[in-house]
Amino acid sequence: MPKSTIEADHGLSVRMFMTGLGLVVLYAILMTVLIRLGVGVGFVAVIGAVMLFSQYYFSDKIAMFSMHAKEVTPEQEPRLHEIVDRLCLLANMEKPRVGVAEMDIPNAFATGRSPSHAVVCATRGIMARLNDEELEAVLAHELSHVAHRDVAVMTIASGVGMLAGLLSRMAMWGAMLGGGGNSRGGNNNNGGGNIVLLEMATMLISMVVYVIAFLLTMALSRYRELAADRSGAILIGKPSVLASALVHVTGDMGRIPRTDLRKAESMNSFFFAPALSGGSAASLFSTHPSLEKRLDALAKLEKELNG
Amino acid sequence: MGFRDSLFGRTKQVAPQLDNLFALPSASLSLETQLDLVTSGQAGLCFKAGSGADEIQTDAQVLALLNFDEKDSSVTVQTDDLGFKWLVITDPDLENLVTRIHGANAEMVENNLGPRLLCCVFGFVPKTPPGDGAVRMVYLMKQGTWYPFAPKGDNDRDNELELRVRSFIGTDLPFEKDLSRWMALYNLPVA
Repeated sequence: MPKSTIEADHGLSVRMFMTGLGLVVLYAILMTVLIRLGVGVGFVAVIGAVMLFSQYYFSDKIAMFSMHAKEVTPEQEPRLHEIVDRLCLLANMEKPRVGVAEMDIPNAFATGRSPSHAVVCATRGIMARLNDEELEAVLAHELSHVAHRDVAVMTIASGVGMLAGLLSRMAMWGAMLGGGGNSRGGNNNNGGGNIVLLEMATMLISMVVYVIAFLLTMALSRYRELAADRSGAILIGKPSVLASALVHVTGDMGRIPRTDLRKAESMNSFFFAPALSGGSAASLFSTHPSLEKRLDALAKLEKELNG
Repeated sequence: MGFRDSLFGRTKQVAPQLDNLFALPSASLSLETQLDLVTSGQAGLCFKAGSGADEIQTDAQVLALLNFDEKDSSVTVQTDDLGFKWLVITDPDLENLVTRIHGANAEMVENNLGPRLLCCVFGFVPKTPPGDGAVRMVYLMKQGTWYPFAPKGDNDRDNELELRVRSFIGTDLPFEKDLSRWMALYNLPVA
């Protein structure tokens, strides 16, 4: 990609760097402690690496599959393709594949291991809720994820957490199978009690590391979202349009369906027993920043661009 | 559903809850003062026509069943493009509308057609024309809850207006708290 003329947000870059540094330090600590304890880390690390790599390599297929999204041709979705075409010309980037997910929940995502394997996907719900300008803003945000190579960054960032999670699970099995077992090779040939103790310690440390890594990864993800908001808004030149799109698809408005009551798939729930009313608890550890934060950032950017 | 119903794969048909219907007239005062919305003079009762010997087959049968005079032009039966039947009542007075809709509902329940009832809809229009932004107040029979539906064009809805309605009368009416149940009702025959 040619060098972009978009000015970086230095505060954001610094925060992102610090979060990344935190993850690296954490990784180093985990490795050192485990090697000191004499745990066979190599095997676990290889498993983790393979899982991570396949997750990264097949990210487009996994995401498309889990969202029930299908790739669409320009003939099927002229409006969507036209918007993506225009944005890619504007950003001077390769056009990713375009997909649509047949669901009423308003959402859009971009995935793929590299810009040339990327796919940008929108749900039917978001296309129904937004006008062309707002949809363009959302797609600009998603294309920014592609340009920033967020799939690669987040995969690497989640590596530490994944490794720690794997280790704690294996340690738990090890401890459960009993200390006298010959299942684990190691340089610790003391009595069985010691091995159980070692397994417990590994599990505890791994769990603590896992939690910290998880929180750091989430924080990094939120910064990447803000960065994508920023680049997307700058690309279309109108932060307020992206803000308006965000208001329309998140929070209360995003939850009001477009589906007709008479056509509702969950028709049963209207003719038979009422289903459990889903109290949608906002997740504490969110991968996305709060709407207020995103709107604030966009308002600030609007002032910068006009000022 | 109870544990045994889950175990044996049975679903109980649910009787509609009609009592909360009567909360509408008092809430309509806030609708008028805050949002300048008054009744359109029409209300509808939506139900799914079934098949079977004891079922209602013709529109005349529906009217007869509900003790409405066929010559009474203020009550009509319509079938929408999705195959649902609508009993549409025209009356300039909202209290009358609520009473008549409730009566029709009660009659359906008595004839064991309660489980077929889908929803009731009351039309509201801006008092000072020309105004757009008509709102339908939808009553979900099984839940006994209300929600607003503000159609915009053929298949879009005005969420901002709907949420504004909730912010003004959300405490006066038993409102549907789960927003994902605020289903749309496009092209409904109730003005």
